[in-house]
Amino acid sequence: MSKINRRDVLRNGAAVLAASSLPISMVELAFGADSDQNFTFAYISDSHITQIKGNEFVRNWDRGLIRAVAETNLLDPKPDFVFYGGDIAQLGKPEEIDHGLEILSALRGDVHYVMGEHDYYVDLGEYWRKQLGPDHYSFDHKGVHFVVLNSILTHEKWMHQKWQSGMDRMKQMARLDNPDGQPFMVGEAQREWLRNDLKKISKETPIVVLSHSPLQKIFKSWNFWTDDAEEVQALLKPFDKVTVLYGHVHQIQTNQIGNISFHAAMATAWPWPYPSTYTQKASYLPKLTVEMNRADPFFERDATGWQFIDVHTGRADVSYLLPDNKNRTVAYSEKAGHPVDTGSRKTDDRSPPQKHF
Amino acid sequence: MNQNRKYPSIIGALSMLLGLYGPGAVADEFSDADIDRWEMEYEVVVEEGEKLFHGGLGNQNTVSCDQCHPNGANTHPETYPKFQQQLGKVATLWEMINWCIENPLQAEKLAADDPKLIALQAYITEERKGVELMPGKH
Repeated sequence: MSKINRRDVLRNGAAVLAASSLPISMVELAFGADSDQNFTFAYISDSHITQIKGNEFVRNWDRGLIRAVAETNLLDPKPDFVFYGGDIAQLGKPEEIDHGLEILSALRGDVHYVMGEHDYYVDLGEYWRKQLGPDHYSFDHKGVHFVVLNSILTHEKWMHQKWQSGMDRMKQMARLDNPDGQPFMVGEAQREWLRNDLKKISKETPIVVLSHSPLQKIFKSWNFWTDDAEEVQALLKPFDKVTVLYGHVHQIQTNQIGNISFHAAMATAWPWPYPSTYTQKASYLPKLTVEMNRADPFFERDATGWQFIDVHTGRADVSYLLPDNKNRTVAYSEKAGHPVDTGSRKTDDRSPPQKHF
Repeated sequence: MNQNRKYPSIIGALSMLLGLYGPGAVADEFSDADIDRWEMEYEVVVEEGEKLFHGGLGNQNTVSCDQCHPNGANTHPETYPKFQQQLGKVATLWEMINWCIENPLQAEKLAADDPKLIALQAYITEERKGVELMPGKH
């Protein structure tokens, strides 16, 4: 084992972990000159905790989050912290947010939260912020600057129109394929905040941005989309190494735009089809994406999962922990200049479940 | 023989008297108005299916079809009937819909001729229109 580098250990460890669900121990080995700056963090997203009534919740979605939390606690070396990528709740109810947070409270270590549209539109994020604090913020960790944005805002006029109730507005936004859907956006105020936040950061500092929706445009009809993505990307452009991590899409997506690497998170609740499988409208899935295996609905947790991120030399390698599926790692390749699925085959040689139609 | 021959003409004459056929009308012809009406009948059922698909089934756990299948995607109506390995037999689309109703939706399955099941199939197939039929495909 002594010759194995740290990332291999993490990768192999993850495979063992998913297979056995037993604690594993890994030896941390030197990795380059900046090894003391290397670290990992876990990344869980999209649990969609759903209240049926009273203290009764949809079992399936509860189980997904409980499993991700349990497996995260078994990671060794321990991740420095955990990110939760948004959509704790299905309809933003205090009962759903609280139930989700109760499950997440079993996590050992700090958790940083991202706002999802399912957390937001019933009361415009009031209860979420009461429990978790601001919906956009930044912090520094071992030389990396982390930025969290609330990217699921939309037109003010739509948000503040006369609604029968907040729940009425929530249900409009909760329907992914709503023909009257509104586009997500970060908005001018937060972009201004980001501009100021980044002023004090040197161009060599690695930046990791977390948002709920992709800060790129993939498929508008399902809001795999942020309307002012280009404006946000422009603010990130001056930096050498930028990684954007997002939830919302419930599937593996990989992209590189200029200096920015993009990775999507799996949901713990349920998978979503790739937009290309809806043949009535055009979509733009990034070509670097190696699609996840098609779901086997008979296995409840199939095509769901969670991630841990290995940050080294300022780049982020994303390992996907996929129940009942082969785990995947999408790692930044200095040679290619973009993230590469380390287990991927050439496009024409993918396994049958990777062919979505 | 002669008597048998007489019956059709008698039925024809009776029908004319009762106004069942217009003058010169033939049973297998239909008008643009007919087509419009039939399409409308279909669209009404598709719309009903869309509502059922988006939370209209009234299942107690509130989980809806569109949560996993936005726009009916990843339902592959064009591939049925096909061998469904989890069931160990060739299955039809409506059997798979019932599987979803019983499992993620935690509700009672519908009869094959239940108008709700027909409406769900109409919606799912409408969202997939234009795709080549590929029965048996995986």
